[in-house]
Amino acid sequence: MKKTIQQCLSERILIIDGAMGTMIQQHKLDEKDYRGERFKDWHTDVKGNNDLLSITRPQVIVDIHKEYLEAGADIIETNTFSSTSIAQADYDMQSLAYELNVASAKCARKAADEYTVKDPAKPRFVAGAIGPLNKTLSLSPDVNNPGYRAVTFDEVAAAYTEQIKGLVDGGVDILLIETIFDTLNAKAAIYAAKKYFREAALPELPIMISGTITDASGRTLSGQTLEAFYVSVMHAKPLSIGLNCALGATQMRPHIEELSQIAGCYTSAYPNAGLPNAFGEYDEQPQETAHIIEEWAKEGFVNIVGGCCGTTPDHIKHIAEQVKHFEPRQLPVIELELVEQ
Amino acid sequence: MSEVIHINPYLRLAGLEPLIVRPETNFVNVGERTNVTGSKKFARLIREDKYEEALSVARQQVESGAQVIDVNMDDALLDGIKAMTTFLNLVQAEPDIAKIPIMIDSSKFEIIEAGLKCVQGKCIVNSISMKEGEEKFIEQAFTCQRYGASVIVMAFDEQGQADTKERKIDICKRAYKILTQQVGYDPQDIIFDPNIFAVATGIEEHNNYAVDFIEATKEIKKLMPLTKVSGGVSNVSFSFRGNDHVREAIHSVFLYHAIKAGMDMGIVNAGQLVVYDEIEPGLREMCEDVLLNRNNDNNEATERLIVHAETVKAKGKVEVKDEKWRNDEVEKRLSHALVNGITDYIDADTEEARLKYPKPLDVIEGPLMDGMNIVGDLFGAGKMFLPQVVKSARVMKKAVAVLTPYIEQEKEERKQAHLSAGTTNEEAAGAAKILLATVKGDVHDIGKNIVGVVLGCNGYDIIDLGVMVATDKILDTAIKEKVDIIGLSGLITPSLDEMVHVAHEMKRRGMTLPLLIGGATTSRMHTAVKIAPQYNDGVVHVLDASRSVTVAGSLLSKEQKPDFLIGIKKEYDKLKEDFGNKRSSKAYLRFEEAQKNGAVMNWDNYTPVTPTFTGTKILENYALEEIAAYIDWQPFFIAWEMHGKFPQLLSDPVIGVEATKLYNDAKKLLQQVIDEKWLSAKGVVGFWPANKIAADTIDVKAHSNSPEKRGLVRLEFLRQQIKKAEGQPNLSLADFIKPGSKVFNDLSSPAEWGADHIGAFSVTISGIEQHIKNFESNHDDYNKIILQALADRLAEAFAELLHKKTRQEYWGYVKDEQLSNEALIKEEYQGIRPAPGYPACPDHTEKYKLFQLLGGEKATGIMLTESLAMYPAASVCGWYFANPESKYFGVGKISEDQLNDYAKRKGMGLEDARRWLRPILE
Repeated sequence: MKKTIQQCLSERILIIDGAMGTMIQQHKLDEKDYRGERFKDWHTDVKGNNDLLSITRPQVIVDIHKEYLEAGADIIETNTFSSTSIAQADYDMQSLAYELNVASAKCARKAADEYTVKDPAKPRFVAGAIGPLNKTLSLSPDVNNPGYRAVTFDEVAAAYTEQIKGLVDGGVDILLIETIFDTLNAKAAIYAAKKYFREAALPELPIMISGTITDASGRTLSGQTLEAFYVSVMHAKPLSIGLNCALGATQMRPHIEELSQIAGCYTSAYPNAGLPNAFGEYDEQPQETAHIIEEWAKEGFVNIVGGCCGTTPDHIKHIAEQVKHFEPRQLPVIELELVEQ
Repeated sequence: MSEVIHINPYLRLAGLEPLIVRPETNFVNVGERTNVTGSKKFARLIREDKYEEALSVARQQVESGAQVIDVNMDDALLDGIKAMTTFLNLVQAEPDIAKIPIMIDSSKFEIIEAGLKCVQGKCIVNSISMKEGEEKFIEQAFTCQRYGASVIVMAFDEQGQADTKERKIDICKRAYKILTQQVGYDPQDIIFDPNIFAVATGIEEHNNYAVDFIEATKEIKKLMPLTKVSGGVSNVSFSFRGNDHVREAIHSVFLYHAIKAGMDMGIVNAGQLVVYDEIEPGLREMCEDVLLNRNNDNNEATERLIVHAETVKAKGKVEVKDEKWRNDEVEKRLSHALVNGITDYIDADTEEARLKYPKPLDVIEGPLMDGMNIVGDLFGAGKMFLPQVVKSARVMKKAVAVLTPYIEQEKEERKQAHLSAGTTNEEAAGAAKILLATVKGDVHDIGKNIVGVVLGCNGYDIIDLGVMVATDKILDTAIKEKVDIIGLSGLITPSLDEMVHVAHEMKRRGMTLPLLIGGATTSRMHTAVKIAPQYNDGVVHVLDASRSVTVAGSLLSKEQKPDFLIGIKKEYDKLKEDFGNKRSSKAYLRFEEAQKNGAVMNWDNYTPVTPTFTGTKILENYALEEIAAYIDWQPFFIAWEMHGKFPQLLSDPVIGVEATKLYNDAKKLLQQVIDEKWLSAKGVVGFWPANKIAADTIDVKAHSNSPEKRGLVRLEFLRQQIKKAEGQPNLSLADFIKPGSKVFNDLSSPAEWGADHIGAFSVTISGIEQHIKNFESNHDDYNKIILQALADRLAEAFAELLHKKTRQEYWGYVKDEQLSNEALIKEEYQGIRPAPGYPACPDHTEKYKLFQLLGGEKATGIMLTESLAMYPAASVCGWYFANPESKYFGVGKISEDQLNDYAKRKGMGLEDARRWLRPILE
């Protein structure tokens, strides 16, 4: 019997994989590769629609997953950051949303299972990646009309429901709502997940939640403080709460420390490979990132660590190497009554 | 390893900020005025679609201390779903309201759900109940849970609203069991409203309502200690409506007792709560009798209060907006004024403090610096934004100005005393000194001024040498004034070299103080690669004003400085190394190859449009009002370190409010500038026949009337040299001018040149100096910087306007163009207006020719500095190209072979050319 993710989390710090986009870039695929046979006559350009590769070039995606598994990732993310009807509308591919999720989940499933079989003592898990959307529920795109919204909560919830169905049908172990810069979008995803599982009469999959702090003010793009953000998504009863993207590990440290103090669940952190340099590239070296994250592990801040933009299997390998000596953060004691101060 | 953390079962709510209701929280005020059923004014505003004003009602609640706001749109005349959605969406765009959690209040569940779909924070639903049975109650609770809201459960069941203590307790117990066991609600997310009903109605059965509520509360909190109890407080005094004085007293007394019994939160008019102890004792006792149903046989207590109420005229409340702080002691007032940027009372308050403290300097070092430290901390924590900090600085400067004469006088007295006693003594050194200067040849100083203000706010003594400061003057002053740090600023590319020079000189003179580098053209990379290697004692690139504070702090701390500098050095060495690696990886074409790979133009099918005139046209005193319509505001905000797209940034959740304030202040000042003609706009535009005679060379016939071999100005352009992808050209601006079959000098007929033209322009906004001085003498950096930034924007706007007129009228190559201001900013027009010194033609020295063509400095009064910056700083110039294929591009890096060729073409010494082109040399 494969260990559950909860069991694994209680034993050690788990490793989540690094950037998918960075790895895809290295393949230097062109428009033709993205289209494959099936979309060779598609009426819009599709180069850059990385999620589509799970259908047109599945082996590329499976191979990237394997590189991360080889590097030591316990959790790999499906290639579905933009696989919603809303985000896919950029390519006029909204009708493919469900299929994209199933295909990507299967790519990741295949790679993960292969590695679990190789070493059953280290089971690998697939997290269905649910991205933030290119339209946002808390901000108006029209300054003259701050009450305007480009999309409704119901539309967002419907798009996420379709994505979640695809991910579940494709066989993911976990749902990962990530890179949250507008908490209301994330709440729509939580709403969709809760409703979907209840109505489909399925057992709920664990939910990981990962927000994004965008600047020195320590707030999300939609203006919430870190604690306000956590309070606003606590009802998901998440497996973990964490941060990813926008910041490098150095800048993320104070926020992950704060989170480790207030979170009632496990904590996760997968920063970018530093801040982009003058040329917009990430150049923090694997050992640098790993060194910073090692210190978090030593302090007992984290349960799940990995990388976001600009990180590579080499980063993941170094991170895994550095944190394996440390105990995971202990889950807090959740008091059930008020204790006299 | 840290020890295990305990998470307590507190009610946790959130707006943009969290609200955690701990036992010591005592009582949570829920603002009631944003409720159409309770506030006539709010109802009218919503009905009349006056949402802006309706928002101000919410804001006033927050300012008065509401920790949550209750929003209710239940009005028969309203579309409740629409009103709730509209209002809550608007609230989300107001960070000073949205920071607190929202209570979504409706008797219709569909309105509640509509509200839940608008709010990112954790809300309270007000309310659900079992009045329509358990099944519906459960379904609604599940829905609320999915949206992540806490719920108020009203003590209401199939039989009706609970009025007695026992019914209240029974219904709450039943609801608790269902919510925790069947729905899975956490107890701390359940809030009971055991119904507050009106007392003193004259009906005897109502007399015990307050007591029932208070006692039920006590029991509920005992049985279910994690839950909360809330209620609508103003109901209790309903009989006294119209008499606010008495109502406020009743509310206060009621709350005093209910809170003691365990009531956690209540819907109140947050601005109108009186303090229990401050109610006049007679009235307080009457209220107590009525509420606690004491001495009330035959409604006696009620009668007494009613009689008393009639004798007390409801005192007309004067609007006392946020002036409570005026009652604080002087130190608090000073700090409040600093943090909030209020200058209204600063002179009097400073004077008061001066009389209170032994020495005037103590006022600066004590309360004023304490206030500025708070400002510094808030800014550092991202809780204040730059415009606010500059306003704080204005207050600080005004306060210091009040004290300065006394400080001087004291110094003088002491000096006299020393002299007469024969013991001369220099004043001891005070705060650390930072010298700031814009380097030689550069006239831009907005960024430097902001850095000066911010550092000044943080207690540093700033010596600002202004613009165009020569290296020697910077270094001599630094030594003479014993400064601790030098900060250099620059905006145009030649300034980069000047900074390298300053660093070099510092080393040569054996100086040891750190050097800060900042300004729009500087970068970490350039600093690491070019400046830092010149000087060993610390060169740090500072990205923006906010960063300057921490950097200065680290550099001035004896403990931190060595580590900080080692860290910086490591970082820069790595950058330098990376730069070296990157450089070698980029492929360049040989220059001849690049020239061969220029843009392929289909000249045979192109007939250039002839401008309506050749020679120049001067525009004097152009109407500022017309220019203002072309302003691109985004760079204005960037100058203030407020990044983001305009106008979206005005509604940004973090900086939106401050950005809007800044925008309004800027627009106000702009109007004054226009109305009172503070500035004047002058421009010149010209067109001339142009002929491409070699790959990168254009001949311009300067005097159309002299067809002979004179009056030629030869322009030289630079060409992209990096290896491009297959099919991509290596561009040069020269590509956009049609080549003739002969050069002008050999022309026998016009048909032999391409019949093409080139244009040029320069514009300037002048007259700013006097007004800057006025602001300076008034210690008003805020408006000074706004005015400088506005002048820059006006110059750019004037250039934009002139370009449009050129396209449509003067040159007239697109007579029917229809473009919005936004499209203009996005440069969606035909033809370009690149400026010498900028990416498409990076050689600043071509500016001499541009000025020569346009009639020299006298045409507009713009002067060129030795670095070829234009003075006044608010000036713009450029070439006009009309070709539909012309576009903006960057030349990028060039190789040695092009440099050689270019120097030869221009008749310039190789080293001279290298100096001017250094930023683009490979």
